[in-house]
Amino acid sequence: MEFLEQQLPRYVDGAWITLQLTVGGAALAFVLAMVVGVLGTTRFWWARAITTVYVETFRGIAALVVMFWFVFAFPDLTGFELDPIFAAILALGLNVGAYGAEVVRAAINAVPKAQVEATVALNFSWFQRVRLVVLPQAWAQMLPTFGNLIIELMKATAVVYLVGIVDLTSVAQQIRSATGETFLAFGVAFVLYYLLAQVLIFGMRLLERRANQKLGRAPAGGGLLSLLRPPTVGTQVGVAK
Amino acid sequence: MWDFEFTFEAMPDLLNGLLTTVQLTLIGYSIALTLGLLVAIVRRVPIIGGVLHFVMEFIRTTPLIIQVVFVFLLTPANISAFTVGVVVLGVHYAAYTAEVYRSGIEGVAKGQWEAARALSLPTSRTWGAIVLPQAIRKVIPALGNYLISMFKDTPLLFAIGVTELLTQAQRVGSESFRVVEAYTLVGLLFLVVSIPSAIIIRRLEKRYVAV
Repeated sequence: MEFLEQQLPRYVDGAWITLQLTVGGAALAFVLAMVVGVLGTTRFWWARAITTVYVETFRGIAALVVMFWFVFAFPDLTGFELDPIFAAILALGLNVGAYGAEVVRAAINAVPKAQVEATVALNFSWFQRVRLVVLPQAWAQMLPTFGNLIIELMKATAVVYLVGIVDLTSVAQQIRSATGETFLAFGVAFVLYYLLAQVLIFGMRLLERRANQKLGRAPAGGGLLSLLRPPTVGTQVGVAK
Repeated sequence: MWDFEFTFEAMPDLLNGLLTTVQLTLIGYSIALTLGLLVAIVRRVPIIGGVLHFVMEFIRTTPLIIQVVFVFLLTPANISAFTVGVVVLGVHYAAYTAEVYRSGIEGVAKGQWEAARALSLPTSRTWGAIVLPQAIRKVIPALGNYLISMFKDTPLLFAIGVTELLTQAQRVGSESFRVVEAYTLVGLLFLVVSIPSAIIIRRLEKRYVAV
């Protein structure tokens, strides 16, 4: 208890950095995934080529390697030093964005063809078709996998201590060397990571339910507590990271 | 600008690192495949299964790197970093493969279980000859994806000093001050392995999902 009282503020500081990295990385990944994913469904070959190159490159290289590249090789190459937190967000966002782009592309392609044909028959513009018909349906399809990806992203932030950022993992190691309490020092960090993941899972389920309700696929309402257990319909095995 | 001489000098060291990376991946993956299957089966037992599920969920939602460092600090000094790394990697991924196997097992039609029961097959035969062959066949592509993920997670073992690819790159890079080449080569080597593997997995997917 005394240990917790003394060290908790430091853990909270570390967890705050972890959360910032997660949110920053997720924001960048989301934008990249949407833009690159939509490009991958267009009929222009150059747009699809951009998608393929981006996805295959950043899915193929570990985020840690990209991070090292930005922190150590990039300043050597250009003379500009990147702030480690910025470099970490960039590396994580590029990496998860590549997985996300594939998800977006697959979800858009999975929208039944008749839906698109109907928009043509109704003389919708491209923008109307995407915004009113295709994306709302694809969105519901993407969310479960996005949920897995955000957990992976949160876990991937732990590598940033290797480039000198004081995140939750880094705090645990500092406290461990200061106190010698390996079990306690790491145990608290493990619990905080676990709780952070549960919060993210809960939030994603909330979004999922809203998306399904908007499409009329899930009954409206339903208490928040029902979100604590995994959905029974439409559950799928997580796509590998 | 790009130093080709350095590239040739550094290659043997980097390829050595790549070899360690591949070894880590293959051994860790065998652990993940075996342990994951065991977990998926034991999870069906009441109470013990529930506890096991919670443990696996905990492993799955906390970062691999802190698990690796934690276990490394707790193990006696005579156990090598390689061993610790490979075991933690395997156990971490078992938490994922167990979920994949579970979905496969749940996907086996109920009638298959009933038929096995009607023929009064012993439990071992029900699992070994009826359920698992059908379950595993369906999840081969999903399992394959985790092989690639695992390959890309091996650089984390840099944290405990396993001499895999990234560690080697850092060493040759700092000895010669050719950091750009060293880290760029690591990236390229990763692509050289992961893109062909991704293509193979996609082939597998077509072959197994179609049936």
